[in-house]
Amino acid sequence: MHQPETTPRQSIWYNYRVFPFRRPAELDGAAGMQPVVVVGAGPIGLVTALNLARFGVPSVVLEAEQQVSHGSRAIVLTRRSMEIIQQAGVAAPFLAKGLPWSDGRSFYRGQEVYRMVLPHDADDRFLPGLNLQQQYIEQYLVEAVQRSPLIELRWGSKVVAVQQHDEHATLRVDTPQGEYDLRAGWVVAADGGRSAMRRLLGLRMEGRAYAGNFVIADIRADIGLPTQRLCYFDPEWNPGNNVLVHRQPEGIWRLDFRLPEGETAEQALAPALLAERIDKILAMVGRPVPWELDWATVYSASTLTLGEFVHGRVCFTGDAAHLLPIFGVRGANTGLQDCENLAWKLAFVVRGLAPPALLASYSSERVAAAREICEEGGKSTRFMTPPSAGFRLMRDAVLSLSLEEPFVRDLLHWRTSRPHSYHHTPLNSFLDDDAQFGGGPACGATLQNVRLGGDDFLFDHFRSGFHLLAFAGATPSAEQAAMLRSLREQKAPLVRVLVAPQPTAEMAALADVVVADPGGRIAGRYAAPPGAAYLARPDLHVCARWLAPGAAQVNQALATACGRVA
Amino acid sequence: MTAKKLAPAELEAVYDLLSEAIDAVPEAQRELFLAKLALVLANMVGSPGQVAAAVKAAAANLG
Ligand SMILES: Cc1cc2nc3c(=O)[nH]c(=O)nc-3n(C[C@H](O)[C@H](O)[C@H](O)COP(=O)(O)OP(=O)(O)OC[C@H]3O[C@@H](n4cnc5c(N)ncnc54)[C@H](O)[C@@H]3O)c2cc1C
Repeated sequence: MHQPETTPRQSIWYNYRVFPFRRPAELDGAAGMQPVVVVGAGPIGLVTALNLARFGVPSVVLEAEQQVSHGSRAIVLTRRSMEIIQQAGVAAPFLAKGLPWSDGRSFYRGQEVYRMVLPHDADDRFLPGLNLQQQYIEQYLVEAVQRSPLIELRWGSKVVAVQQHDEHATLRVDTPQGEYDLRAGWVVAADGGRSAMRRLLGLRMEGRAYAGNFVIADIRADIGLPTQRLCYFDPEWNPGNNVLVHRQPEGIWRLDFRLPEGETAEQALAPALLAERIDKILAMVGRPVPWELDWATVYSASTLTLGEFVHGRVCFTGDAAHLLPIFGVRGANTGLQDCENLAWKLAFVVRGLAPPALLASYSSERVAAAREICEEGGKSTRFMTPPSAGFRLMRDAVLSLSLEEPFVRDLLHWRTSRPHSYHHTPLNSFLDDDAQFGGGPACGATLQNVRLGGDDFLFDHFRSGFHLLAFAGATPSAEQAAMLRSLREQKAPLVRVLVAPQPTAEMAALADVVVADPGGRIAGRYAAPPGAAYLARPDLHVCARWLAPGAAQVNQALATACGRVA
Repeated sequence: MTAKKLAPAELEAVYDLLSEAIDAVPEAQRELFLAKLALVLANMVGSPGQVAAAVKAAAANLG
């Protein structure tokens, strides 16, 4: 019998709440079929369920524990992650609590050797980074899930076996009141780095794990520095091993450092040694202030991924699908892009709007992204934790040169998680005018947000489904009006967004959303002359763009993007 | 084989310069010094292909 921890976890700043286990009907003999079961209520499972609901698909979420994340874990959300969270309709509490930031400073021998301001476009709503503890991330998502009539979150419910069938899978669920079987048309495996689903299906990840352990310690201290990424290379107190410092809400600071060679996790976490090192870090930062420890743990870096994310009726996502180094804030941010990609496809398949073959594109697009990240993350990891004498010597040479020779400083770039482009996906239309555009997001890239004024951005006007961004002149041409009219009734949900310098009543009748673009700012960012249009998938990746499309072309591109052979 | 670019007198001067520079660095830091030197020279050469050729030339017949 599964016995999850029911005393609240210890924390000096977060009040853990124990969510109740509720006896499900299946324990008393009910045997329905759920369209989708999500295994795991980490950030990725929760956002998957919210996105499925956005597309009208109900789901059951199974979570082994009865509380949110133990420790702050993933603390940096990228701009792309915030855009995904905004589309899921839950950005407000994240923005109210999180600490936004955009630059990092790296020090060596007391000198600032590298400063990086992450690119920020005036047209973006969110800054490059937002620091927020995983407890809050999960809490806000759980609150949104509880408001949704389409999602049933079952706490204290642990998957212990899985059986694949042709048209469904059966999960064996262990609970504080016994076991039951749950049948699911589709299963989303979002059960984290130690995924039980991965183990139960006998799947192995490819890639490598790096030797070298790191300590994460969260302390409360009055350090009084701005929100930035601080990195200290090769500090005197810990030769060869770097220290990272990140500010979190609630006066909490994340200290992250590599252990000296040969030291075990137990030794490193021994209170006296840990306290001595925290004091040394605070002295190094120039703020030798009193502190209180909240949480400390040890981790190591891996660049591992499954080679295929869809197995029968089970779709893997987030850490269950890959384990990525945290340098460059890859963990949760990559998972959010995964589930943004998966959710609409799975919803379309469940609703019969697309064939199951569409899910193959989820796997190919996201496995390619994971491999790219393994490659990039591997570079950062080899710099942060050199795996051999040669890498260590060259790293030391670079640091030593960095004091006087700017040419090496690019090697200190920490390669932050960024949105991936799906340039080569079969979902892109190959009959469009992609190559004829003189700018704007190309096929495969994400749409570019545009500030419309004050606190009003293009993405704020988006809904759920495909979006057709059609650009009009003073009045829509007869062809454009005819196209928009005939696209009103669609098999796939399509939001027609008409962008025009001066919206008119006639335009409002042609589109679902009309956006005023008096200065031509949106048209400029999209390099779109009057008559042009972009088609974006529900995850906001462009899949076709034309200079003057007709309805037939748009329909064909929609069919292609839904994995239907046109 | 890499092309000869230094005149005999220049090569002699470089030979002495490098020997004295290596002697001037404490033994424990010689490896680091040589690694830094390699990086600086690589940047001056400005060609990854030529650096690869140099690595190959230097790695031959070590034993
Ligand atoms: C110690 C630690 C420190 C980290 N630090 C950072 C960091 O600084 N920055 C960063 O970007 N990332 C960090 N990460 C990674 C980050 O936490 C993950 O990338 C992120 O949480 C992935 O989200 P997920 O939803 O895929 O998985 P998780 O958040 O792990 O969620 C998986 C959920 O599934 C549940 N579950 C597991 N097995 C079962 C089962 N059999 N049945 C039902 N439910 C199950 C778990 O209880 C859990 O709630 C850290 C991770 C760890 C472990």
